[in-house]
Amino acid sequence: MSDTPNVVTGDLEAPTTEAPEELRDTASESAAARREIHDMWVAGTEEPAWMRSYTDEGAQEMLEADQDPAVDLHRGTVVEDDFIFEEPADDDELQILNMGPQHPSTHGVLRLHLELDGETIRRVKPIIGYLHTGMEKTAETLTYMQGSTNVTRMDYLSPMHMELAFSLAVESLLGVEIPERGQAIRVLLTELNRVSSHLVWAATQGTDLGAVSMLIYGLRDREYILEFFEKTTGLRMNHNFIRPGGVAADLPDGWEEDVERIIEKVSQGVAEYEELLNGNPIFQDRTIGVGVITPEECKALGASGPIARASGINWDIRKAFPYSGIDKYDFEVPTGKHGDVWDRYQVRIAEIWQSLGIVKQVLEKMPPGDYRTPDRKVTPPPRKRIDESMEALIHHFKLFTSGFKVPVGETYRAVESPRGELGMYIVSDGRERPWRMHARTPSFNHVQALPTMMTDSLVADIVATIASCDPVLGDVDR
Amino acid sequence: MAHRSGPSGFLLTTYESAVNWTRTRSMWAATFGLACCAIEMMATGAAHNDLARFGMEVFRASPRQADLMVVAGRVSQKMAPVLRQVYDQMSEPKWVISMGACASSGGMFNNYALVQGVDQVVPVDVYVPGCPPGPQSLLHGILMLQDKVMAGEIRR
Amino acid sequence: MTMLERLAAAFPGVEFEQVLDPPQDVAHVPAEAYVDFVVAAKTAGFDFFIDLCGVDYLRRNPRFEVVVNLLCLDPAARLRIRVGVAAPDPTLPTITGVFPGANFYERETFDLFGILFSGHPDLTRLVLPDDWEGHPLRKDYSVGSVPVRFKGSPKAT
Repeated sequence: MSDTPNVVTGDLEAPTTEAPEELRDTASESAAARREIHDMWVAGTEEPAWMRSYTDEGAQEMLEADQDPAVDLHRGTVVEDDFIFEEPADDDELQILNMGPQHPSTHGVLRLHLELDGETIRRVKPIIGYLHTGMEKTAETLTYMQGSTNVTRMDYLSPMHMELAFSLAVESLLGVEIPERGQAIRVLLTELNRVSSHLVWAATQGTDLGAVSMLIYGLRDREYILEFFEKTTGLRMNHNFIRPGGVAADLPDGWEEDVERIIEKVSQGVAEYEELLNGNPIFQDRTIGVGVITPEECKALGASGPIARASGINWDIRKAFPYSGIDKYDFEVPTGKHGDVWDRYQVRIAEIWQSLGIVKQVLEKMPPGDYRTPDRKVTPPPRKRIDESMEALIHHFKLFTSGFKVPVGETYRAVESPRGELGMYIVSDGRERPWRMHARTPSFNHVQALPTMMTDSLVADIVATIASCDPVLGDVDR
Repeated sequence: MAHRSGPSGFLLTTYESAVNWTRTRSMWAATFGLACCAIEMMATGAAHNDLARFGMEVFRASPRQADLMVVAGRVSQKMAPVLRQVYDQMSEPKWVISMGACASSGGMFNNYALVQGVDQVVPVDVYVPGCPPGPQSLLHGILMLQDKVMAGEIRR
Repeated sequence: MTMLERLAAAFPGVEFEQVLDPPQDVAHVPAEAYVDFVVAAKTAGFDFFIDLCGVDYLRRNPRFEVVVNLLCLDPAARLRIRVGVAAPDPTLPTITGVFPGANFYERETFDLFGILFSGHPDLTRLVLPDDWEGHPLRKDYSVGSVPVRFKGSPKAT
């Protein structure tokens, strides 16, 4: 038993728990005194010193009994000062509430540790990691050829963007140019993917605010896009279609009609949503002025994409650092003014229209040609050659078993995913596998920005704010 | 359902198959979405695939009111205790569908972070293959589970 | 004078290099000047926090590296700050005071690499359970795979 008053051992989970055996006879902390501290904590009248020291994962697990401070430091359970604690207006009302990880409106397995003063949120702490998949470690064991299989499962609502960011990073290390048709296919697929991702957002945003019919509508329209993806890539999600060196295959026959049908159906659908939600007083009341974030906070917290644009930052990576020839198409960057949930709703709906506009332009000027780079270092020989030549067969085999080597170097490439800046940082040591791959994912920052948006708002605004951030937990935890 | 005709106006059946029939026709799933598969689970419930045809459109947020847990997605080491707790909170009788490669076997992520198969944590009735399984695959899995319930005896 | 030239003049110990595709500047910053350089970069216009991550180079000295990505909106420019951190007790001062957005990134880097950020308000594990031992993204930590046994395979391992 340590003498420092900041360290409390034993099980204090239940308010009336007796002190463990070894503590019983300690003069400094009798069971009664400990119970008093505990009652005070429960009532919230006074915050005991140890609470500040051990606020790591919610009140329940706070009291890990481990005496060695070095071990604690190693494991990371020693906290000096977790948060800036402001005394609530009425102490008696302070209550700790745990939301998630299994909760229908946290969009997956996000867990929020809330401190409530009545209905008002005084403090929010997002706790993540419930979907940690170790993808960055797995990426080090996969070749660059296999790499996009791995990254596409991070942000499962916009897999195309994950693949694109990875492929762009590898290509800039390789110094490979992609033919125009390959680039146009990439633009087509990523913009369709942006639409489908925003449709899921519209579905969940509506559902979380009580408009459950939005769930049916949003997913209904998304199916048209997924059908096209299935026809093109073979899978509805997790396509592994955009690869270093181009795309996996050419577009299927009759893709023009499919895309026209998508544009028609989705346009009808989005017009329907606007009709349903724009003038809806309940929807307005629950979104306007809720979850506000300022441009300065966006910059400091790294919140990008629709959230930054809704707060008034006119920033789009497609405009600033164009990739895949996206600068050839006309589109606008919609921005908001207030940075609240309503503005984010407006920005995202406007983005759907802009993306549909880009898709239309791709449809008109799809260039002919090859869909992958002619560089034989990354592209397998054509199928016909494999039938004729043994060398081509060996080449094909080598490429898909041991992969290709990438020059030593490191690079960071970013694309504008539906959620914001999606970056890939790749370090190559000159071999077939990345030495290190790090994904800078937008949802990670947005989850981090949740306390800024939620503090001092009401409990009911939590779901509206989370839904407007559109976090994908696979994207957060990786 | 096993039944035979008796005197006119009567339908005779065993108690067991009647109970099983009611169980299969209103099997409510807990919303236990984890990863990619959760999106496909939502798609299964939506207009195109219409899970309501099988009396299952009611996804319950509270595990206490759910009969079926669809483990939709990869289960991390951090999530496994939570998953077990949710399972323990469900009232009997309860069933588990392991949806997708990650939930069934860890899938392509054979690494430190994932539980290699959710059957290490909870008992699984039906495994649905795919990465992610399409709505049709999940529907097939659900129908298989209904067959399994119909054929089984009432123990709980 | 451009922003970068001004930064270079103020920090003679910092080496700059430019990566062309896509255009971005890389600054190799000594660990002592790290926080000052980040503050100066923020004042110079790189005020959008993008990313912070760790890299384990294993046999290189210093073994670890912390990479910070910053963004300037107008004119559009990226700056990548690379700081070497020596083993066996990799420690670096925190930049959460400059960019609050670094909070989760530093926790993640601590979690996965074991790099300590002194002065961080809440340096606890982020994505892994609290009782986890070791730091999985280090190169000397195995990937942790479980041998796969296929049913009916005669030579199962």
